[in-house]
Amino acid sequence: MSALIEAEDLVRVYATRQGLFGRAVPVRAVDGVSLRVARGETLGIVGESGSGKSTLGRMLLGVDPAQGGVVRFDGAPLPDKGTPAWRALRARLQMVYQDPLAALDRRLPIARQIREPLDIHARGDDAARRARVAELMQSVGLRADQAGRYPHELSGGQRQRVVIARALACAPELLVCDEPVSALDVSIQAQVVNLLRGLRGENGLAMVFISHDLKVVRNLCDRVAVMYLGRIVEEGPVERLFAAPRHPYTRALISSVPDPGQPLKGRIILQGEPPNPAKRPPGCAFYPRCPQASGICRAELPQMRATGQGCRAACHHLDGADPVPQAA
Amino acid sequence: MANLVEIRDLRVAFDGVAVLHGIGLEVAPGEALGLVGESGCGKSVTWLAALGLLPSKASIDGSVRLQGQELCNAPRSRLERVRGGRIAMIFQDPASALNPVIRVGRQLCEALRLHRGLTGAAGRAEALRLMDMVGIPDARGRFGLYPHEFSGGQCQRLMIAMALAGEPELLIADEPTTALDATIQAQILDLLARLRAETGMAVVFISHDLGAVAQVCDRVCVMYAGRIVEQGSVAQLFGHPRHPYTRGLFDAIPRLYGPRGALVPISGTVPDPRHPPPGCAFAPRCAHAHGFCATQVPRLLPQRDGRHLACAFPLPERDPQRDYEDALT
Repeated sequence: MSALIEAEDLVRVYATRQGLFGRAVPVRAVDGVSLRVARGETLGIVGESGSGKSTLGRMLLGVDPAQGGVVRFDGAPLPDKGTPAWRALRARLQMVYQDPLAALDRRLPIARQIREPLDIHARGDDAARRARVAELMQSVGLRADQAGRYPHELSGGQRQRVVIARALACAPELLVCDEPVSALDVSIQAQVVNLLRGLRGENGLAMVFISHDLKVVRNLCDRVAVMYLGRIVEEGPVERLFAAPRHPYTRALISSVPDPGQPLKGRIILQGEPPNPAKRPPGCAFYPRCPQASGICRAELPQMRATGQGCRAACHHLDGADPVPQAA
Repeated sequence: MANLVEIRDLRVAFDGVAVLHGIGLEVAPGEALGLVGESGCGKSVTWLAALGLLPSKASIDGSVRLQGQELCNAPRSRLERVRGGRIAMIFQDPASALNPVIRVGRQLCEALRLHRGLTGAAGRAEALRLMDMVGIPDARGRFGLYPHEFSGGQCQRLMIAMALAGEPELLIADEPTTALDATIQAQILDLLARLRAETGMAVVFISHDLGAVAQVCDRVCVMYAGRIVEQGSVAQLFGHPRHPYTRGLFDAIPRLYGPRGALVPISGTVPDPRHPPPGCAFAPRCAHAHGFCATQVPRLLPQRDGRHLACAFPLPERDPQRDYEDALT
């Protein structure tokens, strides 16, 4: 299967100041991430706040330029941000954000906003654009009479539908969704998840779904990558990875999800908190919290190894796993 | 056993718009009660009203009794003896509840001085004990740090420590884990369960996360549009929900185990409190609704198994014969 988008060894470093007059300290938000998404595939990226998952999402679109590594879309490296070639490509690469109210213009009726990408990329004539807007609104479950409404007149779920309709306007090939349902109530969240489920694989639409909600990711995605402090620590087909996680962090993360009817007992409760990305421990970043850590974890960065059935994990204590070359 | 808190027919309106339509609730000493529902259903407003923490434009009616003492619209002096002392509250965003320009140790000592009259070395020793108790590593070394030097999870621990300073009989935790990461959320839930066991205080846990509520609570109230629609033990409600809304909440959650099919959302949205439907507030979204539901508001009535339910056409009761057969197989 050919990859639609492929990232190799991506690095993104931010400089943060400690205090008002402090020295700038480099923070490696994304630290050597490689991944690929095939046409029609949905990849979930999970991790806690500060793990670099949102930065990675923006890097895949070229919104945040990579300082190391390369993103290839459809076989060719992503053009530089702001160039005409990049702007043209953005019709094929779209993003859905967490907060729909911030992503929409409060002063424009929603139909105008859904139409905007068609105007920018000069798709069809006026009649064709109008027909496309009506078609998009219907496909995301908005009524035709809501076309003239303003964002504040809609509910949270409806606003997120507008953002999704706008992202779909130019029939993109890749949709990057950054926490698209996190701000929504459970009953509305299910409506939007079902909408995204319906889009999956439609016309080969690939999706990168960034979320901290493991239940939603399991429901929606084909494959999932788990991030910890800027690196992917485990990756694989979603059912397999949730049924038999190998990395101690993935195990703890899955165990920490409260499931109605599951008692508190027997869950893995990690000690401590994710370390400050500016003070990344040497070796495996997870070792200060890891119940299995030993001497080697402090000294050496674990490499990705195949763990069977399409899964990979980066841990020194994977018994029986074979070392494989990093290149995909 | 006498109830610690009894709320009777509590009604709240903002600028004439009713948001609570008569809430009745009891909290027994030492009990953990969960309050679940979607945003805007009135779960936080219930307790903010009970403690007199709503802005003055809110009009509050009804009765809130703490062991016989009336709190609803009570004078400020009486409320101030209760708030932080007998009933403490923690909120979703711990960072904004702490004073950013005062060292955390001093904030803790202030709470101890106000509620327990502890000063000087005694206050400091007790503050350190509380920091240890809520699991702040190296409490002595971090006593003089500012809130921004702590992470979100540790700020929530500090908030819990401050809430414990008055040795409350009831802790109201309003979405205490919503802003936290999954692994930290598990730590805080574990901490709340442990503190309740150690101190014997009652806990009211307000959350939209049914899973988190199930782990901490004995009893659950499900709220919708300013009313309690179903109330019962965790086992009853989670094992066999009978109100269509409770059932809908469960069906809408994706599962961590089992098959991965399309989710079952609840159609439509929560009604606008300015234009409530004339009958049952859930009727416009309910698959079981009949003519009656569009005109009459169902009352919250006790059921045979002990739960309370406000629905004219609830899901069928569990069949004891089938339960017996299930138990055999």
